[in-house]
Amino acid sequence: MPAQPLLAADGLAMLRGERTLFRNVTVRVPPGGAVRLTGANGSGKTTLLRVLAGLTLPEAGSVTRLAAHHWIGHRDGLKSHETPREHLALWAAAWGARKPDDTFLAAWGLGACAHLPARDLSAGQRRRTALARLDLAERPVWLLDEPFNALDHDAEARLTRRIAEHRSKGGGIVCALHGQSPIADDVEIRL
Amino acid sequence: MSAAPVIAAFRQALGEGWAGGAGPLLPLAFLIGGSILIPLGIGTETQTLRALGPGLIWSLIALASLVTLERLFQADLEDGALDLWIQSGAPLAMIAAAKTLAHWLVSGVPLALAAPALRLMFQAEASAELLKEVPLYLMGSLGFFVWGGVGAALAAGIRRSGLLTSLLVLPLYAPTAIFGALALTSRAGDAAPLFLGANMLFALAVAPFAMAAALRLAAD
Repeated sequence: MPAQPLLAADGLAMLRGERTLFRNVTVRVPPGGAVRLTGANGSGKTTLLRVLAGLTLPEAGSVTRLAAHHWIGHRDGLKSHETPREHLALWAAAWGARKPDDTFLAAWGLGACAHLPARDLSAGQRRRTALARLDLAERPVWLLDEPFNALDHDAEARLTRRIAEHRSKGGGIVCALHGQSPIADDVEIRL
Repeated sequence: MSAAPVIAAFRQALGEGWAGGAGPLLPLAFLIGGSILIPLGIGTETQTLRALGPGLIWSLIALASLVTLERLFQADLEDGALDLWIQSGAPLAMIAAAKTLAHWLVSGVPLALAAPALRLMFQAEASAELLKEVPLYLMGSLGFFVWGGVGAALAAGIRRSGLLTSLLVLPLYAPTAIFGALALTSRAGDAAPLFLGANMLFALAVAPFAMAAALRLAAD
């Protein structure tokens, strides 16, 4: 018998106005598994992720979440006056995790910009800050919306490595992506 | 459920009040400006000012509370932080209440503390009695801010939502304005202060759930 999935969704359908975004979508995220959502712009990748996260109610179908998840949306969640250090300390406090130290920030390449407000950061630096939230607390499921956007080569390599580590420890991933997938043996859902 | 996300939201909102420069002082500036201009417009006749004073000071506090209210949840919605708060593990109503309370502490409490002094502009008799009004202003302004939070949550998804927020919450402000003004003119033993407190408690009990529902809709 296959292991119980960390996240399962059946018969999902979503409308936007008069238009059907998608229907009859089934998602299974087993431990160690990765699901890649692909499709043209506006095909509903982000909407499907939001449904899986519980942020949006589907028109039809059901979602079963058997494990806690991390959410990395397409917006990074930083206030314009917030520094990476403040942002990560805030969410560490909210999640009861250890306050991020310099080593933690350096691991995501944020050492030099940890004290700068987000309005002075590049898109890639803001993205790194959001992605660093993944390491604040252990959670079995990662929901990632275009996580590689704006990342440079180093950060992309780091994220790819972190995803592989996460999966080898039995974690699962759902990832909206366009273009080449750096994630090994994933299951594609084309919308 | 853990209280950690609620405490984190409260502390962030406290800090946030000051992050945008003089933001928290804008309502206070509005209240002071209004209290100076209105007597100039009405004239200096003591009896008229004294009769109008209680109603005007409460109207000014109500309007002052609206000055910065629209930003309460708007930034969270725009930058994606609202999505994170919805998934923080704590009830969204508690998060919304914590943020509103923090906003009141930095923007509302100064109004309540300044109001007795500004009553002098309306020819109130200068005496220590005026300081006894501070608890009334504290209760009333908290009522304003909490009801105002509902309007801010409802209008969070709309740009330049200040006017809409005002229209939405003014009916909810009416009881506080009425009982607040009555409480200033009442003699000892009158029920008006009790009604003022009851309205505040009712707002605290109901409004967070309305805010949470509105914010979920906004994020959807």
